[in-house]
Amino acid sequence: MRRGLLRALKTRPGRLLAAPYIVWMALFTVIPLLLVVWFSFTTPEGGFSFDNFSQLLGYGAYFGRSFWLAALSTVICLVIGYPLAYAMSRETGAMRNTAMLLLMLPMWINMLLRTYAWMSILENRGLLNQLLSFLRLPTLHIINTPAAVAVGMVYNYLPFMVLPILTVIQKIDKSVVEAAQDLGGNQLTVFKRVVLPLSLPGVLSGITMVFVPGVSTFIISQTLGGGNSKMLGELIEMQFLGGTYNPYLGSAISLVMMVIVLISMAVMNRFGEGEEEVMVL
Amino acid sequence: MKKMIILLAALTLLLTSCKPAGSPNGGGNAEPGSVNVFNWGEYMDENLNEMFTQQTGIEVNYNTYPNNEVLYSTLVGGGSSYDVIIPSDYMISRMIDEDLIQQLDFGNIPNFENIDPDLKNPAYDPENLYSVPYAWGTVGIIYDKTRVSAPVDSWSALFDKQYSGQILMFDNSRDAFGIALKLLGYSFNTTDEGKLREAFNLLLEQKPLVQAHVMDQIFDKMENGEAILAPYYAGDALTMMDANENLAFAFPKEGTNVFVDAFCIPKGAANKAAAEAYINFMCSYEPGLSNIDVTGYSTPLLDVYESLDEEIKNDGISYPTDMSGFETFTNLPEWTLSLYNELWIELFK
Repeated sequence: MRRGLLRALKTRPGRLLAAPYIVWMALFTVIPLLLVVWFSFTTPEGGFSFDNFSQLLGYGAYFGRSFWLAALSTVICLVIGYPLAYAMSRETGAMRNTAMLLLMLPMWINMLLRTYAWMSILENRGLLNQLLSFLRLPTLHIINTPAAVAVGMVYNYLPFMVLPILTVIQKIDKSVVEAAQDLGGNQLTVFKRVVLPLSLPGVLSGITMVFVPGVSTFIISQTLGGGNSKMLGELIEMQFLGGTYNPYLGSAISLVMMVIVLISMAVMNRFGEGEEEVMVL
Repeated sequence: MKKMIILLAALTLLLTSCKPAGSPNGGGNAEPGSVNVFNWGEYMDENLNEMFTQQTGIEVNYNTYPNNEVLYSTLVGGGSSYDVIIPSDYMISRMIDEDLIQQLDFGNIPNFENIDPDLKNPAYDPENLYSVPYAWGTVGIIYDKTRVSAPVDSWSALFDKQYSGQILMFDNSRDAFGIALKLLGYSFNTTDEGKLREAFNLLLEQKPLVQAHVMDQIFDKMENGEAILAPYYAGDALTMMDANENLAFAFPKEGTNVFVDAFCIPKGAANKAAAEAYINFMCSYEPGLSNIDVTGYSTPLLDVYESLDEEIKNDGISYPTDMSGFETFTNLPEWTLSLYNELWIELFK
């Protein structure tokens, strides 16, 4: 046993280096995940059952609302974020550093504070409407609607879309672009046939990084949605910290949400890879 | 890449879907001479803990929770060892029912004599074996008197179509259903499914009129004039009225909720005697006075009440004159709590 361990130490230093991470993952990811699965299939009385899941059938509206809002915010983030990342990748020096700083700066402020600030901006008597009425324009009713939640999500998650895309575009070999230009591609063709396909991995991880926290958010929807159109995150929170303490149902909701997210990610990745191949060919 | 993305997705999901519930572990190692206290956030003059240590030599490990439900799930979840907790009335009766708290030795708490007799032997602890009141308060309607058509004196104002879009409502099922039940003339503690469904229908009708279902944000939204009417706690209403002079506060004629938060000692507390010394200390005059100053709620201590300004005693808000229609929440049976949860989820579909 001991000799085996010694040999492993000698021949596989890599594993040893990974040990802290593996222990960390086991303690704080794998075990909690197993607990969630365990709780979802148990009742408060302790027996095995599918009751929690059959209850979920009635919650379609919450699932629909959460996935729709997360998808909408992801699309908006992509529409704003991709051109921004592309533009930033073409800048150099001070300009890019400044853009980067401006992008990251809000993230140094606590997310709760940022979201609260959006509440005072979007409120009926908030800063935005004060400005609009000062300019004698009609005021907007945004606060406590799904639109306000979408605004909050786009604001909070935009950097998570821009950064992975930027990283990938920056890494594209300049000579590939030059080759395309030499072969007579105009700017649009070069972008469509070379830059865009090569940047898809960044787009995919950007989508993941925005969509996943978007589906499960509850602070943003609680603060900007006014608790009127509750999302899955709020539903889960209610099961753990609400009037009824029901971690069994809460776990079941989390598990189903997780499974749907994983499936949609898997489908998207497959689609993305296919796309990449076709485009490269 | 694909694997990494899926892994990343799982990680992000896990990280974002679990809210750190304060996760206090109660200091854990309760060596003799220390007491682990678990209280609501911003609900005590924390300098008093040092004062207690100076007087008794007992160290205080102080942690806070945001609401009764977090306190409950912390105790039930295990792994914590608290000596003193301060749950509200209905949670105390639940904890008695579920054998989570233990009987106190009132011989170690002589200052219990100083508690208002009206607050002794309450419905949630009928023989007064488990709890010592810490603070109490009431719920009423805070409203902008310049923007209502008539003085508010009834819960029906929160269901009035003329205030559509200007009404705030509690964002938890017990308080929200409570308002509807009172308006219908029923008890907060009814377990009659028909009455609860009637209350649900009323809330469903009210929903399009409600600007937002919120809790703490009621402060900001009322002070800024974002809304006209909201239910809230009397002590906090006074704070809001200081910030915005257009605000007024009323107790609805149908009756309302009076709540009591009281000291209790969980089962398995490591240092019961120290806990009782702590409770006794907090029930003496000076700590009682500075706590009421910090929290803005009403004191159960007779000598503290006597020493208050006449203005506060007679404002009719902190110490209402007629409390005949006031009712406390008591614990509800499991199936009623499930029905609350079910209807609440149904309401926000």
